[in-house]
Amino acid sequence: MTGIESKQMAETIYDVLQGVRDPEIDSVSILDLGMVEGVEVEGSLAKVGVLPTFTGCPALGIIQRDIVNAIIEVDGISEVEVNFLSKPIWTTDRITDQGKEQLKEFGISPPPANHTPGEPWEIPCPYCGSVYTTMENLFGPTACRCILYCRSCKNPFEAMKPVANIGDE
Amino acid sequence: MAQDMALVELLYSLADDDFILAYRGSEWLGLAPHIEEDVAYSSINQDMMGHAVKFYSILEELGEGKADELSHMRAPERFRNAVLLEEKNGEGTYLEQPQFDWAFAVVRNYFYSIHKKIRMQSLKQSSYEPLTDSASKVLIELQYHLMHWETWFKQLMSSTDEAKKRMTAAIERCWNEMDGVLTLGPFAEEMTSKGYIASEEEMRKKWLVHMEKTFEQVGAPLPGGLGMTKGNGRQGEHTGDLHQALSTLSEVYETNPAAGW
Repeated sequence: MTGIESKQMAETIYDVLQGVRDPEIDSVSILDLGMVEGVEVEGSLAKVGVLPTFTGCPALGIIQRDIVNAIIEVDGISEVEVNFLSKPIWTTDRITDQGKEQLKEFGISPPPANHTPGEPWEIPCPYCGSVYTTMENLFGPTACRCILYCRSCKNPFEAMKPVANIGDE
Repeated sequence: MAQDMALVELLYSLADDDFILAYRGSEWLGLAPHIEEDVAYSSINQDMMGHAVKFYSILEELGEGKADELSHMRAPERFRNAVLLEEKNGEGTYLEQPQFDWAFAVVRNYFYSIHKKIRMQSLKQSSYEPLTDSASKVLIELQYHLMHWETWFKQLMSSTDEAKKRMTAAIERCWNEMDGVLTLGPFAEEMTSKGYIASEEEMRKKWLVHMEKTFEQVGAPLPGGLGMTKGNGRQGEHTGDLHQALSTLSEVYETNPAAGW
């Protein structure tokens, strides 16, 4: 396979990964969540680098399986290797704009841009857009989410916890 | 090549601390003071179990054995967690008449999380790269745990007389065993001289400085000297509570260690 062919193959694989979703938030692909760090093709072997969102996320095994099942269908690929990388660290600013919109569709308010770790952040309701909201629980149904209540449209909703690299104090 | 004992022992203490405390936390599921706390506490335990997996995985890469076996099949005396973290949540079991002590849960987790932050900040500068990478990731998640436990600690310490009484008893109990958490164990000097982690003295001092601040904020006197009365877990000394925990948590795994759970 030439360099150009490998590159084209990698692009095909990226297209396929668009269909692999977070099993716990199935409106968003792992690409839009910013979990894919790189795709390499060596002959018929595809290598995918994946960044875990939260360390203890039980969905990681399922995501790994789904990636393999999706890519193995690509013509010319006979082996798939998924590597969970410890560097770089996944942060919520890796989520694409499209990913943020899709999170809202799922009823999850996307993480804020330019948030200072440890500081409070403004969380708009994904349904009505109001910021007249209260934090009910910093933790939620999955490690990456928290639970809020919108005082404007009176809906409970969830938000993604902001995750940023913490500097040294 | 012979194993670097200082590194291996350090990794066991990191992994076992999170593993056993997360296990004790998991026993609270359905029993926490209210349903939102059940959601929060189980989420924290899940994170901590994830941190333990990270450290066990490094041990696996170093040839110590499979992560699942390290957590489920080791004899109690091979565990390096602090005794404070293995102790039962209270009288009874989670299945039968659980008379668990919430003040103990709050104080133990709060004291531990503060130390964990200091420890992880030090590991971020570690000479062993897998540790620096892991610490950076753990610190992000730990930040949320700390916010949670600090809120509980401060609110209960500023609450009713009954709450203060229970908290004071839990503080005394944890303080008497906390040195077992703060100690690095028999390989302490080598761990530090090889640049894996800061010295025990430095980290203990930082922890005490933080405690002084917290206790001042809630207007409570800082207890006296720290203790380690029930044994040094870092050198394999444990109580019957660890035996009980390990036999319970490995019951299913032992029925068929070859299966994928």
